Amino acid sequence: MGLTLTWLSVIVLIPLAGLFLRTLELSPEQFWSILSSRRTLNALRISFGLAFAAACVNLVMGTIIVWALVRYRFPGRRLFDAIVDVPFALPTAVAGVALTALFAEKGWLGAPLAELGVKVAFTPIGIFVAMVFIGIPFVVRTVQPVLLDLDPEIEEAAACLGANRWHTIVRVILPSLTPALLTGLALAFARAVGEYGSVIFIAGNLPNVSEIAPLLIVIRLSEFRYADATAIAVVMLVVSFVIIFAVNRLQRWARSRIPAD
Amino acid sequence: MSIEVRNLIKRFGSFTALDGVDLKVENGELLALLGPSGSGKTTLLRIIAGLDWPDEGEVAFNGEDALARGARERNVGFVFQHYALFRHMTVFENVAFGLRVQPRAVRKNEAGIRARVKELLDLVQLDWLADHYPNQLSGGQRQRIALARALAIEPRILLLDEPFGALDAKVRKELRKWLRSLHREINLTSIFVTHDQEEALEVANRLVVMDKGRIEQIGSPGDIYDNPASAFVHGFIGESIVLPVEVAEGSVRFGGSLLNIAPDGAACGASKLFVRRHEMAVGPSGSGVFEGTVHHVRSFGPVQRAEVALAGGEVIEIDAPRGKELHAGDTVGLQPRRYRIFAA
Repeated sequence: MGLTLTWLSVIVLIPLAGLFLRTLELSPEQFWSILSSRRTLNALRISFGLAFAAACVNLVMGTIIVWALVRYRFPGRRLFDAIVDVPFALPTAVAGVALTALFAEKGWLGAPLAELGVKVAFTPIGIFVAMVFIGIPFVVRTVQPVLLDLDPEIEEAAACLGANRWHTIVRVILPSLTPALLTGLALAFARAVGEYGSVIFIAGNLPNVSEIAPLLIVIRLSEFRYADATAIAVVMLVVSFVIIFAVNRLQRWARSRIPAD
Repeated sequence: MSIEVRNLIKRFGSFTALDGVDLKVENGELLALLGPSGSGKTTLLRIIAGLDWPDEGEVAFNGEDALARGARERNVGFVFQHYALFRHMTVFENVAFGLRVQPRAVRKNEAGIRARVKELLDLVQLDWLADHYPNQLSGGQRQRIALARALAIEPRILLLDEPFGALDAKVRKELRKWLRSLHREINLTSIFVTHDQEEALEVANRLVVMDKGRIEQIGSPGDIYDNPASAFVHGFIGESIVLPVEVAEGSVRFGGSLLNIAPDGAACGASKLFVRRHEMAVGPSGSGVFEGTVHHVRSFGPVQRAEVALAGGEVIEIDAPRGKELHAGDTVGLQPRRYRIFAA
């Protein structure tokens, strides 16, 4: 107990407290003017907006991937199962360089997309792509054990009761997976908001257009405007906390409807 | 509704789960499929339900082809060994599920669904659990809810796959009695699968004994117990003493010596003699066809169970009536009152 608290304090709480103390060096007016500056607002909007969009895409695609991995037997299944972990393991800078090369105007995917008039690298779409890439394993790995645990017999039971495939998925399978899906969504979102390494390579980092909040923090730090940096950091912290808290409540609500066995 | 199964064959890779099964189930019957695990009984049940498809053969409900339709259109109630309840739904919603997913044209309105669910929960005597979730229920209660859920869609037949297999002995006994009285009440054509002979003998009107993907015998519980058709059935149903014998023209030999019993039409060659434990009469030495020494006696209830070593070295267990107590070390003569000989 004592050890846990000490460890948590040293590792998590003291740095967070330091963050808040730094912000206190600013007067409320200064604090407000930093936050309400156009560049800060845009950076926050880009970070949170794109992270949320990427997490939603990961939720859908991750669910489809995990379904295939758990329910079907196909050649190379174990290989694909391992590949899911690559975004976990890959250094983020490597991921960023790889994605940039791929989506650059002369890249394998970038060239055909450019012909269609879609520019991915050095635009917000690039940020989104990087966030999708790094977030996918969170959804897959959270949902996988729950789906493995889900008895295929309940689908057979639903079929015997006259339910078609759609009813079975919407009324039986998805509700059973809801807590795990929400957890996966929250983790993918949190990771995407905090992602720095892979994003800055592909983003182009144009202020107000494709500059993410973590990058703005780094820029402020390099300009020795420490209080500005911490002010943005505090906002990110609070917003992230509120979102994670909300998802947590949602999870608890969903789980209360499926009390654990 | 009657069910007819003809020449059903089902293979899983190199394993033949069903090897030419023919079966006719009469309307309103309560039939038990009995066999050891791997005998194909569950596969047969799943094919009838439409959860599996045979490689060859036919399944007909009331004379019409059932294989042309999937599980969803067969209108079959299926009860799983591990209940397969929807754990995110209350008991009420579990039972209502089949009614809620009906096509709009035939679906009941909310009041109609409520009335029907109430009626079913009353039938399984669990109406007070309507707002609970499955994991708050005991195993026996879960299985009754699963049964109510299966009955909600007014199925034409009811299939139960080892319905009491996951329950403890006492609950299992209660549910057996309850299932039989429920069947009397609703009189629905029902098939249930079990590996527990006591359960099958107690619940079913008619028994189908299966082994290795084939039907060994079909008959009433009493008929199968008294007149087993094969060595497998004799060994599987009821407790048997099995001794290796040699059948020749009109004689039976055991361990080289002639037994004073008739071969009863058994074919010549190596065979097995089957005797029920309680049908081996115990008398003084020299009074029977076998001689033996009592090793050990346990007395309980109406019988004393004695372990007897025969002259040839085989050790058998017999059930003798109480009254003339046996003791370890006694030399006894044993005479089978009834016996069967099957080719080995």
